[in-house]
Amino acid sequence: MSLISRVSVAAMLLVSMAACTGNNMPVGVTPISKEVYGLHMMIFWICCVIGAAVFAVMFYSMFKHRKSKGAVAADFHESTLVEIIWTAAPLVILVAMAIPAAKTLIAMEDTSDADVTIKVTGYQWKWQYEYLDSGISFFSTLDAEHNAARQVGAGIDLTKFGDNYLKEVDNPLVVPIGKKIRFLHTSADVIHSWWVPDLAVKKDAIPGFINENWAFIETEGTYRGKCTELCGRDHGFMPVVVEAVSEEKYNEWVAENTPAAIVAESDAATAGTVEASADDDREWSMDELMAKGETVYNQACAACHQANGQGLPGAFPAIAGSAIATGDVDAHINIVYAGKPGSAMAAFAGQLDNAEMASVLTYQRNAFGNTVGDTIQPSAIKALR
Amino acid sequence: MLLAGKLALFSLGMFAFGYIVMPPLYNVICDLTGLNGRTNSAAVSMPTGEGVTDRLVTVEFVSVVNSSAAWTFKPAQLTMEVVPGKTYKAFYTAVNLTGRPAVGQAVPSVAPSSAAKYFNKIECFCFTKQEFEVAASKEMPLIFFVEPDLPRSIDTITLSYTYFDTGEAPVELEPAVDLTDS
Amino acid sequence: MSTAAAGHHDHDDHGPAKGWTRWLYTTNHKDIGTLYLLFSLVMFFIGGGMALIIRAELFQPGLQLVDPLFFNSMTTMHALVMIFGVVMPAFVGLANWMIPMMIGGPDMALPRLNNWSFWIMPFAFLLLLSTLFMEGGGPAGGWTLYAPLSLQGGDSFAFVIFSIHFMGISSVMGSINIVATIFNMRAPGMTLMQMPLFVWTWLITAYLLIAVIPVLAGAVTMLLTDRFFGTSFFNAAGGGDPVMYQHIFWFFGHPEVYILILPAFGIISSIIPTFARKPLFGYASMVYATGSIAFLSFIVWAHHMFTVGMPLAGEMFFMFATMMISVPTGVKVFNWIATMWRGSMTFETPMLFAIGFLVMFTIGGLSGLMLAITPADIQYHDTYFVVAHFHYVLVPGAIYSIMAATYYWLPKWTGNMYDEKWGKIHFWVSTVFLNVLFFPMHFVGLAGMPRRIPDYSLQFADWNAVASIGAFGFGFSQLIFVYVIFKCIKGGEKATSEVWEGADGLEWTVPSPAPYHTFEKPPAQFS
Repeated sequence: MSLISRVSVAAMLLVSMAACTGNNMPVGVTPISKEVYGLHMMIFWICCVIGAAVFAVMFYSMFKHRKSKGAVAADFHESTLVEIIWTAAPLVILVAMAIPAAKTLIAMEDTSDADVTIKVTGYQWKWQYEYLDSGISFFSTLDAEHNAARQVGAGIDLTKFGDNYLKEVDNPLVVPIGKKIRFLHTSADVIHSWWVPDLAVKKDAIPGFINENWAFIETEGTYRGKCTELCGRDHGFMPVVVEAVSEEKYNEWVAENTPAAIVAESDAATAGTVEASADDDREWSMDELMAKGETVYNQACAACHQANGQGLPGAFPAIAGSAIATGDVDAHINIVYAGKPGSAMAAFAGQLDNAEMASVLTYQRNAFGNTVGDTIQPSAIKALR
Repeated sequence: MLLAGKLALFSLGMFAFGYIVMPPLYNVICDLTGLNGRTNSAAVSMPTGEGVTDRLVTVEFVSVVNSSAAWTFKPAQLTMEVVPGKTYKAFYTAVNLTGRPAVGQAVPSVAPSSAAKYFNKIECFCFTKQEFEVAASKEMPLIFFVEPDLPRSIDTITLSYTYFDTGEAPVELEPAVDLTDS
Repeated sequence: MSTAAAGHHDHDDHGPAKGWTRWLYTTNHKDIGTLYLLFSLVMFFIGGGMALIIRAELFQPGLQLVDPLFFNSMTTMHALVMIFGVVMPAFVGLANWMIPMMIGGPDMALPRLNNWSFWIMPFAFLLLLSTLFMEGGGPAGGWTLYAPLSLQGGDSFAFVIFSIHFMGISSVMGSINIVATIFNMRAPGMTLMQMPLFVWTWLITAYLLIAVIPVLAGAVTMLLTDRFFGTSFFNAAGGGDPVMYQHIFWFFGHPEVYILILPAFGIISSIIPTFARKPLFGYASMVYATGSIAFLSFIVWAHHMFTVGMPLAGEMFFMFATMMISVPTGVKVFNWIATMWRGSMTFETPMLFAIGFLVMFTIGGLSGLMLAITPADIQYHDTYFVVAHFHYVLVPGAIYSIMAATYYWLPKWTGNMYDEKWGKIHFWVSTVFLNVLFFPMHFVGLAGMPRRIPDYSLQFADWNAVASIGAFGFGFSQLIFVYVIFKCIKGGEKATSEVWEGADGLEWTVPSPAPYHTFEKPPAQFS
């Protein structure tokens, strides 16, 4: 059967090609990820050997025992001994696989003695990182340029982003190398899953519950991952970017980014709150609000209400011509600020600062054919807090 | 057909198993094993006897505000060093920013989940819902102890509360403006 | 209608009724089998069309064609249609056609129930598919309908739940019928251990279905009440737990995986001995292996949930239990190979599909073994590696077995031989494209591509383009299948009763095409 041999040669070529171009699990940069990689390759080769043996016998039989070659069928159809052998032999192989797997698993689950603890909260569709020790807290969303490029029919040349298309964020997570970092995973809406292949860390973020995981990064670098649990429309667009830096650089970064309030009065955490800024008290012009509002809208609102403000009928209401966005100012502010319980509309009080919320509200009231004509000032939002 | 009738009854029984038996069974298993990291949902009594004084356990307090809610919700303390077997008091502060009278509910969860059954609450704001006037702020107490037989491999317990807006209107308060159905 | 009105106490030698009402009122197992099979064929193209929309969007990075929400509803619907609308009805159709003939019974035990369980299906799927045209679109939270995401959908969600209820009622009724048939309608003297393996595997499958489909019904009913009636089974704020949904779902879901493959084992166990001209090796161990797989399927569900956060002991238990499944599955594969060993093989289309099954199902089984290793699974989970794995066990597994069965029994059903040349072309074209479609998914999955995403990073672009080409090739090559089936129905070389030289079993003792009523007098050879 030259056809079969040709197919198998082609398949082997395909496999070696795949191996060459690095389409395998990354070895990663933590002791655990290296162990996991080792396990993966071990089972892979065991499976290859089993597969090769099974297929060899099968194809040999198919070549030799063909009617066209004059083979006459034998009549054996039972052998208890053979059945016992091929039940027992796989059991031995399984035990050999299970022992190292169990060891790695035990090591993965040991979160004690951590040096840094970071709480990772999943939102539709971004991550929030909170450093419990220093009080640093920020959101991490898909980079704006990538966000523009991934719109339906955007037609933007993606090659300029290189391999990191959809794997770039505005604020990456910064962590030190050579430290045991403990991650706490939770969610503010639906189930997400935080995955960084190079760290072999993947854990579900479940609303109302907290999970933990850890990593000890050995090499400096930028490690990228994704959300791996379907979490709604923009599930594919909430990447994870981890920057692992030396301890000195990390300490510098912490010092620069620790909120002033924490330094002053160390007894309060800033979880979920947004910093005030001097910009909040001045009068903003319409143009200023509209320009900023459009950016904020595309980042925070367009995923559901669409870039054109038309929404998705039945799922997400339109902003264009909506009774709320063209009606009473206070009602409009309230629904964006406080959300709508029981629906997918989140409360943005903790996610947008005063200027962002004021400008996006102004934008919604004066874009997509809405012509209310009023401005909402950051100071008005500040007054609510 | 006797057999078909039995099979039909069996399938109804499996529906009942899925719908009626499994949820409480799951909760029982969780309570016994700490499967999902949830702590006791009703008060337990004070611990008896002396605490274990030769070790300290770090309790971390974290908070999450669910997206459905415009609240601030924060622990008043970030960590506490506790002696297993002794009782301690901690606080969380919640502020209602929803612009309407609202009812909130805190949901506790402990990491590592294997520590959950050793973490006991004598009094907790999470046992009940809280009603808030517009812009009201409340400091909410929690009295807890860690059982002395907490495995020695656990040195840190993280206590997390997620604050949910129940979407209900408070019973005792008149709603000022109802925007939820607009 | 004569058939319905006459009832089964009347055994006059009447043929099928005339006109379209024959199909509406029929209680004949062969008619109902045909209806199931044709329904499944139609749904195969609907579900396949959805897969092609997915692959067309994934052909290139960037979003060219569809909104991400619609993409999500395509992945969700593709799975629901393929599982509940294609594989399960096709197996029930084969059971309807073949089980009475294989055990020498005149019909199914409960013919009217049989009619009812089929006719629920088209309505269930109309309900499901209609949600795509409703405001808010179809379900977009994945076929597993995980809470709380699935609860964010529009009001069309209620239609999805009810359609799942209907499908479940249909499956449970069909299964009760199959169990009742196997226990009550066997030829006098035929013991359980004399039944063909297809009957055995279906008996075990039917028990699995009766046990777990109601659990799924319970789980989705909880979703329904959570969404519309204010309960909080899965809402943490009300004291529920979203992870509980996953436990209940996979308590159904893992046995469901075997529901989709056990009848396939039965089919392959019928076909390989025929074309090897040698009895099946290790019949008894095949039966025991099937039973063990069914038992193990109830204690491995949490291996779908290694990332949700479980106690170490739980992870260990589910890892070991999952690895154990490879033992009885291995026994089956070894037995099939031993059946081929020193046979006198020919390679007609059914045998080609059976060998395709054997090779590619083994590949899928081995990647399943890799997935059982918990630390590695944490890296594989929810990536394209998993997509590759379950498509390797479901497409060249379940779907190939259904195609093998169709080619194998088509001459018995129609009385005509199918076109062997086109059958072989269908096999080779499908097999080549199938591997082009699914094999690269292993690579992109390992390299870090999550599943259920409409757009991806550029390093995955090449393999995704390859997979999409494979998808369109595979999709369109199924038109050959339709062509061969309809050509065979219309005419062709007349088939003998035995059809295949090495065929063994009661179904080959009746003429081809099988008369409208068979075995009204039970066969005598067992008594």
